[in-house]
Amino acid sequence: MDRLLGLLSWGDNGWGDELAAGAFVTISLALATLPFGLALGLIIALMQRSESVIARSIATVYTTVFRGLPELLTLYIVYFGLQIGVQKAWAATGLPGRLDMPAFVAGMIALGLVLAAFSSEVWVGALNSIAKGQREGAFALGLNKPQTFRLVILPQLFRVALPGLGNNWMVLLKETSLVSVIALPDLMFWTGRANVVTKEPFLFFGMACLIYLLFSVSSAAGLSALEKRFSRGFATGGRR
Amino acid sequence: MNWCEYPGAWLGVEAIQNYGCRMFAGLGLTLQLVGLSVGLGAIFGLALALLKLYGPKPVRAVVTGYTTFFRGTPLLAQVFLVYYGAGQFRPFLDQIGLWIFFRDAFFCAAFTFTLNTAAYQAEVFRGAIVSVPRGQWEAGEALGLHRIPLFLKVILPQALMVALRPLGNELVIMVKSSAVASLVTLYDLMGATRLAFARSFDLSVYFFAAALYLLIVETIRRVWGLAERRLTRHLTHA
Repeated sequence: MDRLLGLLSWGDNGWGDELAAGAFVTISLALATLPFGLALGLIIALMQRSESVIARSIATVYTTVFRGLPELLTLYIVYFGLQIGVQKAWAATGLPGRLDMPAFVAGMIALGLVLAAFSSEVWVGALNSIAKGQREGAFALGLNKPQTFRLVILPQLFRVALPGLGNNWMVLLKETSLVSVIALPDLMFWTGRANVVTKEPFLFFGMACLIYLLFSVSSAAGLSALEKRFSRGFATGGRR
Repeated sequence: MNWCEYPGAWLGVEAIQNYGCRMFAGLGLTLQLVGLSVGLGAIFGLALALLKLYGPKPVRAVVTGYTTFFRGTPLLAQVFLVYYGAGQFRPFLDQIGLWIFFRDAFFCAAFTFTLNTAAYQAEVFRGAIVSVPRGQWEAGEALGLHRIPLFLKVILPQALMVALRPLGNELVIMVKSSAVASLVTLYDLMGATRLAFARSFDLSVYFFAAALYLLIVETIRRVWGLAERRLTRHLTHA
């Protein structure tokens, strides 16, 4: 027992500080991906609802592809694809040395593309739920289209979209575990390393599960608090 | 030339032609893994849903803990926990005769996938059973049906119709998630593709795998949609 606790301790002999650093990378990656993925998802949703056939088709193909591919495959394609692309571009500039694609950026882009596909569905649903009268009212007040979107639609959108986006966040948090395969030192990466060195797989993968569980449970609590806050001032029907 | 080499030959990509057979074999393994785990997971998930709804209080708490754990942690971590963790309990597993299963990566992956999808399916079934109006129970009782036939003949069929769509989604999710099996030495579609890329350094093998995954996922979606229409044909469609 003491030996196991020692393995989890802080400092040179224990893996506590490595696991904490990994957990920090996991959270940072998820938080960095979130705005990128949600913004792209909103753009896709607007394209989905646009009058242009081309925009609609692009949006449909995009969501079909990124919702249908395994996240691991998307990650590999983005990582290796960008790696090759960046190196070719670097070679084309004729500068000496070489440029590597940072794994963090590759992970962020790959997870962001997937998040955009899934969140666009949520955004479309939320956009559809906003009553037509809101746009008409804004038009009557003389607001132009961008103003209407920014000042009238967007503030109402978050409240409706929040539960769905909350689910997207929970999925994203778990998907970050995949980036360990492109050597990004996240929580999964460090627990794998600790397992190789100490031969205590059950302890370390169990710890990883507990830490992810902690993140999930606290996110769920945070999200329900956020939903309460966003819904203040709205009658909640029969729901309590 | 084998049939599995044709797509690569037709596309004119050597890597896809050379590794086509391995990739199609991998696709077979992926489908086996998913079929097995989603099938067993459905049975297990339904049992969990019933325990959570009608079980005694401590059992309900255990089921809640189970679903929270499997839905709150990444599948990758769960697979590693089982696959690498099982080795630590080898003497015990040997003693009860289960080591022959747990030393096998396919079994470990299928086992973990089953436990994982059962947790998600349990929530689907629970929601579906709850969605059946209480009047259906009361009407069944009024007809003198006992609890078990009442559940099996009146409640469950109506619940399954509600569960159909989310179950289809879960099947698609499992096809995609099963790619992590490649990280515990299995040559499923993802594993075979990783091997092909490691040897050929040709990114097109990944695009070919992507096309195969999309084909499977879209086929499931379409077939499931048709099945749903057929099974709910007595209900008015909006």
